Amino acid sequence: MRRTSWQEYQKDIASDKYYYARSCIRQNFFPGSERAFLNILGRDLGIDIFDDPLHTSCTGIGYHSDVVPLETIMTVVARQFSLMAEAGYENFISSCITSFGIYNEVLATWKEFPETEERTRKYLKEATGRDLVKPRSIAHTSDIIFHHREAIARKAKHRLVNSHTGEPLRVVEHIGCHYAKIFPKSGIGGSEFPYVLAGMIETWGGDVVDYPERRHCCGFGFRNYLVQANRGSSVANSHKKLESMAPYKPDFIVANCPGCAMFLDKWQYAIAEMEGMTYGADGRGIPVLTYEEMAGLVLGYDPWELGMQMHQVDVEPLLDKLGVEYSPEAKYLGANGKYIGKPADVAVNCFDRRRIYEIKR
Amino acid sequence: MAKRVVIVGGGAAGMQTALELKSRGIEPVIVERDIELGGKARGWHKLFPSFTPAGDIMRPLADRIRAERIRCFYGQEVTAISSDGVMLRSGERMPADAVVIATGFTLFDAHRKQEYGYGLYDNVITSVDLERMMNSGKVLLADGSEPRRIAILHCVGSRDEKVCQKHCSKVCCITGVKQAIELKEMFPTADVFNFYMDIRMFGPGYEELYREAQQRYNVHFVRGRISEAAETINKRIQIKAEDTLTGRPLKMTVDMLVLLVGMSANYENEALASTAGLSLAPNGYFKANDSFLGVVRSEREGIFFAGAATAPKSLADTLAEAALTASMVDEYLKNRYNEK
Amino acid sequence: MRNLNFGYGISRPRAIDMDNNDLRKSNAIIHEMPELQACIGCGSCTASCTAGGITDFNFRKLHTAVRRGEYRGAYEELNKCMLCGKCRLVCPRGINTRAMVMLIKRKLGDY
Repeated sequence: MRRTSWQEYQKDIASDKYYYARSCIRQNFFPGSERAFLNILGRDLGIDIFDDPLHTSCTGIGYHSDVVPLETIMTVVARQFSLMAEAGYENFISSCITSFGIYNEVLATWKEFPETEERTRKYLKEATGRDLVKPRSIAHTSDIIFHHREAIARKAKHRLVNSHTGEPLRVVEHIGCHYAKIFPKSGIGGSEFPYVLAGMIETWGGDVVDYPERRHCCGFGFRNYLVQANRGSSVANSHKKLESMAPYKPDFIVANCPGCAMFLDKWQYAIAEMEGMTYGADGRGIPVLTYEEMAGLVLGYDPWELGMQMHQVDVEPLLDKLGVEYSPEAKYLGANGKYIGKPADVAVNCFDRRRIYEIKR
Repeated sequence: MAKRVVIVGGGAAGMQTALELKSRGIEPVIVERDIELGGKARGWHKLFPSFTPAGDIMRPLADRIRAERIRCFYGQEVTAISSDGVMLRSGERMPADAVVIATGFTLFDAHRKQEYGYGLYDNVITSVDLERMMNSGKVLLADGSEPRRIAILHCVGSRDEKVCQKHCSKVCCITGVKQAIELKEMFPTADVFNFYMDIRMFGPGYEELYREAQQRYNVHFVRGRISEAAETINKRIQIKAEDTLTGRPLKMTVDMLVLLVGMSANYENEALASTAGLSLAPNGYFKANDSFLGVVRSEREGIFFAGAATAPKSLADTLAEAALTASMVDEYLKNRYNEK
Repeated sequence: MRNLNFGYGISRPRAIDMDNNDLRKSNAIIHEMPELQACIGCGSCTASCTAGGITDFNFRKLHTAVRRGEYRGAYEELNKCMLCGKCRLVCPRGINTRAMVMLIKRKLGDY
């Protein structure tokens, strides 16, 4: 695809000395991803990155669900920034698209309405005794991987190609609404043709799939998912995307945002159970990866160390295509070698079409 | 000795002004940035609302300029304007007794509306591309086949604050109707959908043509702006809009999407205006002295306007206005020099 | 086979789907009375509508939807029309709206 417009949307990304702010939900859904990020940067690339035990959730989910007021989230954000300064860092990187949106939104609000910044300084001082120091740069962790994509490519053990046919893998990238739809200039490539994941995929040998509903929201939508009565509208959006991407026969989906990665993965299970419909090439679902998992596989990390056994859609068909060696027995062994239990067979991972039809009936 | 008037721009406005001045015994000099006369109308296929070939209007104008031996400087850019002459990019000064700004407009760059994928998707074209295709006698999809379903989107780069184009470009609505009819004549079994926010049929015969497009040509008009276009696996274009008259979102796939690109003010207007001591309207066009009796007069004596330098205008309006400009220039020169 | 109850289903899309809607009836209606396409959506018909004043009958919206291939419920909706003909008097485009009501009902009888 002749995508050059991304070059018009560049932002300054620091090359070293990062203060790392975690996501609150990724630890549960993709537990290996943040660890992999720290290892890729710290161990493989020799970059200074600080994982601060003092920092907290940004409270973004609560904010978007109308249970955390604006003043509160601003003060929480101010505290994170102060912790960064106290630790001697000035490049703030966030592991979550929601948080990334929040940090940008709060900084922009302080700029547009200086009185809100003054109030936040006061609250921060009263609550924690700290002084607000604003970061020099803000980036999402996928921006950081994008920034170092060439260095990762130089250390690559695998490329995003089908090891049997030599053909590039077809990869669907999903950016997440709050990456660039709030502030198009804050995302690499802007909001219409974001390049942050596409750049990684292309650099590592894959083909980016541009399908009609590429820009559509995954449907998470906070309140839309958190309230059970609204979940039908949440799943409908992922459904729309999956229907739209299916004709391109993607080998996998890579997502930018914790919520999107989770929903594009887990809704495939729900849709398969509800309608007997799966979207992968052979009656199975389409594996959904985080960009750290994608980078980790490229660098030759063990898929179970990356936490890929926690995916709803089985990743083994993808691992086979990539030529990644893995131990099937080790899949359900935890970090300490203890058996963590095996989930029941479900339609989304079922190879047998008859079973699917049975469910549909 | 004949008074000399420098006309900046050799499009329809500049040519018509020059001819009218010449007929009044004044010596016009055209300074054109391009290598030939004609401006934006050059290469246009047919004109609304009469389907007159654009060449039938533009060629005779250029022929008459030659026949009248009106001096034209090509490839010359004017960098500064005052009432007694202009400065060229080359550093040369061209003295004059009055100056006419006939610099026209800039076509809105459709790439800037990224959501429509112009430049990325082969079958997303602009109204200008369509005119060129019609001129070449072939309107086809990228794969060489004939379109069976076409969407025409109004207001691309008009009435859109996101791209700093607050104004209505005036001519796109009627162009959209004209092009829809031309497409229906070429492909009678094709379905043509015009997506519009308002239909603005301001000129004589326009509303009638709109009605004809609806009833006689069965062109579908959907009130709602396309919010995004995306390419499908077989290179068709999926579009989303609201059908505001039913209050529901609408989704469809078309073979071809035509973007009716608007008229933007020239980027250079700001620099030129500051050299001349003129001000610009909020939309970046030159500001006329007033909206009624001084539409071709500037805020400075001896500097005049013709055509779309002051606002989006149709070719007909531009040609009519140029005659007025010549008359105003003539009156100014008479008052200033002959009556001393 | 399990019978899972999620407590919700996949919400149906609300969009008018011009790719999958069957436009044959709509084309037939327009073919028979092309003047319907001349509608400029002014709403005079609905504003003057006797039935529209006391029910949610909206002729402008209804015939626009029918032209887009949205037929469901149109016939029943048109039963609300009292055929008084006031809409025809006010239509600035001179569309015979009263005849249009009859035509759409005739064409969509089986929907």
